[in-house]
This record gives sequence, C-alpha cells and structure tokens, in this order.
Amino acid sequence: MYESEAKLAEPNATMRSGVGNVRATVPREHRQTVGNTRVDNPRIRCNKLNVYYGDTHAIHDINLDVGNNEILALIGPSGCGKTTFLRCMNRMNDTIPGCRVEGEIIVDKQNVNSPEVDVVPLRARMGMVFQKPNPFPKSIYENVAFGPRIHGLTANKAELDEVVETSLVKAGLWDEVKERLDQPGTGLSGGQQQRLCIARAIAVQPEVILMDEPCSALDPIATAVIENLMVELRQNFTICIVTHSMQQAARVSNRTAFFHLGDLIEVGETNELFIRPGHQLTEDYITGRFG
Amino acid sequence: METGTFPTQGGRKPLGIIQAGLAKRKAAETRFKTYGIVAIAAGLVFLAILFISIVGNAYTAFQQTQVKLDLYLDPDVIDPEGTRDLDVLSGANYAAIVRSGLQDQFPDVESRRDRRALNALVGRGATYDLRATVMAVPDLVGETLTVWVPADDDVDMLLKGNIDREAAEEGRRLSDQQLAWIDQLESRGRLAKRFNADFFTKGDSREPESAGIRGAVVGSFYTMLVTLLLSFPLGVAAAVYLEEFAPQNRFTDIIEVNINNLAAVPSIVFGLLGLAVFINFFGLPRSVPLVGGLVLTLMTLPTIIIASRATLKAVPPSIREAALGVGASQLQTVVLHVLPLAMPGMLTGAIIGMARALGETAPLLMIGMVAFIVDIPQGILDPATALPVQIFLWADSPERAFVERTSAATLVLLFFLIVMNALAVVLRKRFERRW
Ligand SMILES: Nc1ncnc2c1ncn2[C@@H]1O[C@H](COP(=O)(O)OP(=O)(O)OP(=O)(O)O)[C@@H](O)[C@H]1O
Ligand SMILES: [Mg+2]
Repeated sequence: MYESEAKLAEPNATMRSGVGNVRATVPREHRQTVGNTRVDNPRIRCNKLNVYYGDTHAIHDINLDVGNNEILALIGPSGCGKTTFLRCMNRMNDTIPGCRVEGEIIVDKQNVNSPEVDVVPLRARMGMVFQKPNPFPKSIYENVAFGPRIHGLTANKAELDEVVETSLVKAGLWDEVKERLDQPGTGLSGGQQQRLCIARAIAVQPEVILMDEPCSALDPIATAVIENLMVELRQNFTICIVTHSMQQAARVSNRTAFFHLGDLIEVGETNELFIRPGHQLTEDYITGRFG
Repeated sequence: METGTFPTQGGRKPLGIIQAGLAKRKAAETRFKTYGIVAIAAGLVFLAILFISIVGNAYTAFQQTQVKLDLYLDPDVIDPEGTRDLDVLSGANYAAIVRSGLQDQFPDVESRRDRRALNALVGRGATYDLRATVMAVPDLVGETLTVWVPADDDVDMLLKGNIDREAAEEGRRLSDQQLAWIDQLESRGRLAKRFNADFFTKGDSREPESAGIRGAVVGSFYTMLVTLLLSFPLGVAAAVYLEEFAPQNRFTDIIEVNINNLAAVPSIVFGLLGLAVFINFFGLPRSVPLVGGLVLTLMTLPTIIIASRATLKAVPPSIREAALGVGASQLQTVVLHVLPLAMPGMLTGAIIGMARALGETAPLLMIGMVAFIVDIPQGILDPATALPVQIFLWADSPERAFVERTSAATLVLLFFLIVMNALAVVLRKRFERRW
C-alpha cells in the first residue's frame, strides 16, 4: 500500500508539520482524488477544504459535491477525517477551540464557511446526528420537541405532539417509548438514544441530514429501520452518512467517498466504486485488507 | 520468553508475579486506609472539642436571672396631669417606679446608701421595657403590674455560680447585704433563672442582662441580602460570559488570572477598598448594611465566579453540541440546557461563598460596622453590626456575663453556617443529574 503512496508523492515532497508517525515515515504531498468529485446542480459544493486542529492538518484540500436527493456515504479508516469533514458542513467545528476551517462550502450559491453567515438557520437546514448519542437530560418528548419549539415551527401543542410522534415513528422508536414520553431520554439504551437523536434531528425537517455513524450502536432490525428512513428521506432531502459498514454504504448510498489520512482518495457512484475501485487504497480498504 | 509474547521479569509467569506482589499491595492499602481513618478521627475530635467548649460556655446565656416585682404604675409619677399624652408618657420616670417596686419587697431599708445598693440588684433594662409597655397601652396607668424584670448581671452571675460567696467582701462584686437580699428574694420565689427571651429579641446594650443578638442578626441578614442580590447574578453572568461566550485570547486569560488572584486577597483589603471607594469617594454612609454588602460582594464575587465556571466546565460539551446541532443559538443553548444543568453547582458555590461572607469580620470593621448600635436596623441604610462583629465586640467587653453571651452568639452564628452548608448539600443532592 505504501508503494502507491510513494508513487504519488512528489520527488521534492516536504514533510507536513504536526503529522503523526505514519506520515512522518511516509512523506507525501496531497494525493489527487480519483473519480469525479463534481455533480450537476449540487446541494453542497466544497472547494479546497482544509481543516486544522491547532497545528494538525486534519483534512487536506478536499473538493467534493453532494448532490440533490442523494445519499453520500463517507467511508475510511478510523481517524481519517470523516467526522471532521461532516462537521464542516454545518459549521460545528466552530465550537472546537483551535479548529480552523479553510476553503469554500457553497450552499445555494452562498459560501457558508464565511464568518458572516449566521449558523442558526444553517444548522436548522443541516440536521446532524452525532457519532456518540447525546440526548438532553430531559424527557423524551422534550428532546424531540426542542428543535421545533426553538424555531417556532408549530402553532400549538397538538401540532407539536404530531411532530414528535411522526419523528419518533420515522426513527423507529415510537413503539418503544410511546408509553413513557415524559421519562428522561438519558434513561434509554444506547441504541434507543441514537434513534432518539435521529428523531430530534428530523423533527426540524432539515434539507440535509448529516449522520455520523448513526447505526454503530444498533441491532440489524433497528439498522434496517434507519436505512429505510434514509431511503425514504432521500426523496426530498440530501443525506451524508459516515459509516464503517461497507454493506450499509453499498445498500443505501448513491455515491461513496473514501477518505484516508485526511485526503479524499476516491469518490464515485457506489456501485462503481465497490465493484471497480480506481485506487489501490480503496481496494485494500473495501476488501478488508486494512482499516 | 516461554510464557507469552511479552517479556516478563526473569521469564516468570505473569500470574505468579502478580500473586507474589499481592501481599505488599494489600498492606499498602491497609496502611492508607488507616491514615485516612486517623485523619478523620483527629478532625472529629477537634470538632467535638470546639462544640463542647462553645456549647459549655454558651448554654447558660439562654437563661437569665429575673426578679418578680409588683409595679404600681403611679399616675402621680407617670402622668400627673392625666393627659395620657405620649410625650408625657415617654418622658416619665419609670426608673422610680421600678425602684419603688423593689423597695416594696424590703420596706425596712431606709438609708440612701442601702437603697442604692438594693436598686443595683435590678438591671436598667427593666425601665425601658416598662416604658414600652405603658406607651403601648396607656390605660395601664394606675394599675399594678406583676412582671419579671431582668436582674443585674452580677446577680445573674451569682446564681450561675460565677461569683464566689466565700470570697472577702471587698473583692466581691456583691456586698454581704446584697447577698442577703438576694437569698430573701429567692426564698420568696421572686428571683429565678428564666428563659432569656431578651437575648433573641433585643439589640446590643452596655448592660449584659439586656444585651441581645437581634440587632446583629438583622444586620447580618440585610448585609447578606445585599451580598446575595449583587454577587450571585453578577458572578453567574460573569462566569457564563467568560465560559460560554468570550473568545479565548490573551485578554480573557488575564481576566481569569486576576479573578483567581482576587479570590486569594485577604478580606481586610476589601474592607480598605470599601472604605476608600464606597464611603470616601461615593459618600455612602458608614456602618450600614448596604456598604457591608457591597464590600462582601467584592469579596464573594471571585469565589462565585470560580465555582460557577467550574460547574459550567463540568457540563459535557456533547449537550451543547446537541443543542447547537438543531440550530439553537448560543444564548438558547446556554439558557435552556447549560444553565439548568449548572445551576445546582452554582447555587452550592454561592451558598458556600455566602457562608464565608457571613462569618467575615475584618472588612466590616474597616467600614465602621463595628459601632455600638442599640437599635435594630430597619433597612439597608440603618446603622448596623453583623453577627461576627457582635461576637468580636462582646469578646472585648470586661463583664463576666458577656463571656457566655459571646459563646451564645458564636453558637447562633455556627447554627446559621451549618444551616447554609446543609442547604448546599441538599441542593446538590436534589438536583444531581445523570447524563
Ligand atoms: N477536537 C480535536 N482536536 C484535535 N484533533 C482532532 C480533534 N478531532 C479530531 N482530531 C484529529 O483529526 C483527525 C480526524 O479525526 P476525525 O474525528 O474526523 O476522524 P474519523 O474519520 O471520524 O474517525 P472515526 O471513524 O474513528 O470516527 C484525527 O487524526 C484526529 O486525531
Ligand atoms: Mg468519526
């Protein structure tokens, strides 16, 4: 695998500062992405996106489009920058001290990565499900009702009740919690909490849903529910999903992007990418030879 | 390495090494536990000594020797004109009425000298009480009242065993004659130790028998009220701003360092600052709870800010991310999610800061809350003292009867401190959250 990396490296490659051991032993420059990063009429377009945590250069010069009504799967070994990339879309990286995001993220002809853009409507449009379930220490009902309430989406209690119920049904949690909506969300099991967080995200009816390993704590049945939800939501929305499951990526996504050590190595139609990977690293990863 | 893939000491089996070291580990653990128990026991012993000595000195102060007198409210003395005018009633010679009530008990005492010695058995407080009674109900004039009036502190000390009857008469605060009168009164059932209500209902006095802590307690209450109303909102606002909103830069670092330094500044320095700024510069009156509260606010603020920031830091970032992630603004996130989670901790910090402020004496001395004040303060602009200052004042008084009152006041202060700390514990327990 290092052979291919070495081939891509420029002869006069200099070491990046702050990189880990692996990269220190394999000096290399930015690796060209294999495949077509662009789509027609994108929902989100990232141009030359770079993220730094202090001195650590976490993702490098990424160009990637997310199309309308598509599910984009982000795959790659642990620590390659999938979460970091996902959090750029709704500017959640703003909350991390020392984190710097450079480059453009174009949504509706506007660069949302500029400081003038108000993050409140941006985040309302781009719902997020975090890698670790993080329900509020409030009742299940309050967890789901929070978003619609702060944005004033519903006119009365009946409407809010309906939103809460619909969201929980879609997240496949309703049957388990309908009797105890007033109990704390933190009292649910890990997988239930994850689905509660999904319900909370979709209750705001975002245009884009960013999901960071939403099924990592779920059993196959709950996973199937969430996957069906994603397929259903795709009719109207755009979804970015980080997953460690190749099968899941293959089942639900239209396009797949493979990250490695902060670089976008390859992106393509999911069927294409899994059948005919264009890069050695992609092939090694999807065939389970590393990662 | 026959046992596994990792090198071990001399190639022995890991389990063997662990077993061999087990006894040593257990011994270390036992030793550590013993140290802990000894430390706690020592702490408890000192606490017990403190309480025993304070309670031992204090409990007698809750009783006061009183004399039962039949006081004839002579209209000729109080209100010769019969106008019942409050000015006349207020200016009347009630001391004479108390005196004649006492002399009625010993009709055969004739000489001026003896009468004076007899009169000295009753404290002066009786006069003021009588005036208050008559002013409240003027129709009492002409009647005879049977009342218990506080005896002089020397009589009180005699009954409490603090004056030695066997000592030579010159070296004793009560003469042989006075002792005889006291014994007679006692045998007639007119002299007894009774519950000392005055201690809880009266202000300070030069006479121990009518000195109470009410003035100091009310003064402390107003001072604490000002302190709480100013320091809690200011402290929480400052902590929330610094923790949740302020950019992390050199400027906020400097502020943080300075707040930590302020928390370590000796309290008397805040007193000097208060004197210079609030009294000399802003011209606020001396000795008032408002200034006391302002000074204690300065002192408590850093404590509250530090405690509040610590509790804000303890709120997991994932809660903030969850709220921000659905599009809550920074303020909504803080108000709806972070503050409710941090509030119990902040309240605990505030109560502990307030408890410290309640026991604080030095800064109050600087701003004149050490004055001798008899009246019970009616507001934050009335001259007042505070409980710890009252303790300081009484501890400084020569009369033997003030010793027990000093301890009793300390006990009252400790009681309030314990109540506040218990409240802090209850709050913490009640609002403890899981996440
Ligand atoms: N808050 C942070 N501060 C400093 N470095 C960070 C931070 N978050 C992530 N990183 C670093 O950035 C790189 C990318 O991390 P990221 O969380 O995006 O990985 P990931 O692809 O989501 O991994 P995983 O699959 O394990 O979740 C890693 O090297 C990580 O150590
Ligand atoms: Mg991740």
